[in-house]
Amino acid sequence: MTIKTWIRAGLPALATTALVSAAVFAQDAAAPAAPAAEALVATVNKGDTTWMMVSTILVLFMTVPGLALFYGGLVRAKNMLSILMQVTVIAAVMMLIWVFYGYSLAFTEGNAFIGGFSKAFLAGVTSESTAATFSKGVEIPEYIFMAFQMTFSAITPALIIGAFAERMKFSAILLFSVLWVTFVYYPIAHMVWFSEGYLFAMGALDFAGGTVVHINAGLAGLVGCLIVGKRTGYGKELMPPHSLPFAMVGASVLWVGWFGFNAGSNLEANGATTLAVVNTFVATAGAIVGWTLIEWLAKGKPSMLGAISGMVAGLVAITPAAGLSGPMGAIVLGFVASIVCFFFVTTIKNALGYDDSLDVFGVHGIGGIIGAIGTGIVVSPALGGPGIADYEMGKQVLIQLQAVGVTLVWGGVGSAIIYWIVNIIVGLRPSVEKEREGLDISEHGERAYHS
Amino acid sequence: MKIVMAIIKPFKLEEVRDALTGIGVHGLTVTEVKGYGRQKGHTEIYRGAEYAVSFLPKLKIEVAVATDQVTKVIDAISTSAKTGQIGDGKIFVYAIDQAVRIRTGETDADAL
Repeated sequence: MTIKTWIRAGLPALATTALVSAAVFAQDAAAPAAPAAEALVATVNKGDTTWMMVSTILVLFMTVPGLALFYGGLVRAKNMLSILMQVTVIAAVMMLIWVFYGYSLAFTEGNAFIGGFSKAFLAGVTSESTAATFSKGVEIPEYIFMAFQMTFSAITPALIIGAFAERMKFSAILLFSVLWVTFVYYPIAHMVWFSEGYLFAMGALDFAGGTVVHINAGLAGLVGCLIVGKRTGYGKELMPPHSLPFAMVGASVLWVGWFGFNAGSNLEANGATTLAVVNTFVATAGAIVGWTLIEWLAKGKPSMLGAISGMVAGLVAITPAAGLSGPMGAIVLGFVASIVCFFFVTTIKNALGYDDSLDVFGVHGIGGIIGAIGTGIVVSPALGGPGIADYEMGKQVLIQLQAVGVTLVWGGVGSAIIYWIVNIIVGLRPSVEKEREGLDISEHGERAYHS
Repeated sequence: MKIVMAIIKPFKLEEVRDALTGIGVHGLTVTEVKGYGRQKGHTEIYRGAEYAVSFLPKLKIEVAVATDQVTKVIDAISTSAKTGQIGDGKIFVYAIDQAVRIRTGETDADAL
């Protein structure tokens, strides 16, 4: 290159750098002096956008292969592929219908319960469209907000399948998932996360989806396993996890990906986001220790399955409180959720005698309920939480309870109706012979292992 | 000609093999099996589900030998496979009608 070219290329580059630096410094200097002026000019920042892209990809990682391996390792070898297949295909189908109409129904104006179709097929959404964050004047590209939410809508139905693992037809699961997100997930997402939403307006706190994702999925799982019935041979035949190493790898991938789930829910990269990161570490650590300890005391030996169950329970519990708790409160929340979930999946489930195969309600449902109600407590500045406007603990806990109640009722009734419809259309359960043979062969024509 | 079949504890395989080689027996078949006798199993707990596992992993060894070798073989296996604890296993002997070496077509005593 000639000197002329260097100058042509170099000067503009230098100038741009100088201008940007000046703008950054000017912004810092201007901020305290003219807050009103700052609020008028909304900006999209490369750091925020990058973080949101990373978070979105992390949540995808949670689904494939995180959840797939976590669940897959917990079932018998003859059903491994059915789990991997259900998670993978559900995720794909959910992504498609999200961009077709799901994003529109969840995140456009309609009424307090559901949005409209103004953004169906992403109409009007371009590379220039923006979405608001929780900070005035800070925005992110709408595409990445849409994509981030898309990954949430993909993982939630995939969570449900664990409850009735090993005994539901692939066609039934797909049909159920499509109907469920349409009539249960999109409305609840709208109610909790959209400004005109019924629960948002009520003041319910749900940072990353304790109600929308975990309580919702947990209850849908419970209803499903009750309707479809127990696995053939449950209680008499041995059906232990076929690969706890896979389950551990899957749970660990879930933990790593959950940083996107929780911290990404702040929609930008700032101090509050780092609080969510810290809470996602320490609440989980508290929960692992909690489950390990209680199992050691109650059963005599601490197990690997217990440790990873604690891991997931803690992650679920901190989800609604990720950016709304202090770290010490997060540890307590994780620890308490672990203890309660432990008792639920060991004592209560057996006493009630139902087959929630992978403890979807026991961990996601119960953990989510504890987390959602607990958020109202740990947000308190007195407990190290960041606090919110007009905070009063009793009032907030009551609001949280109402939000949990609405979710349970809407989700419970909606799920039951949808299972009933799916049963009429395609039938829920495979025949006993197909169940004994294993869903990998009977539904998918393949074997996971050839030994 | 007889087959001497022994159920042994899996970790004893190398010792038994060495003992048999020592008395001139140079071939055996090993199968992984499960079973129980007087040795109790254990309990496995997976979250809420408790399983009493009574089947224990064992190895089944089979050697085909001439009838006059059977006593020596039983002694070799017994000595090398024994630990003195419950669950050491058992040895069974049964008669075989014919034996054939596939590569050469040799039969009976020449095939062993």
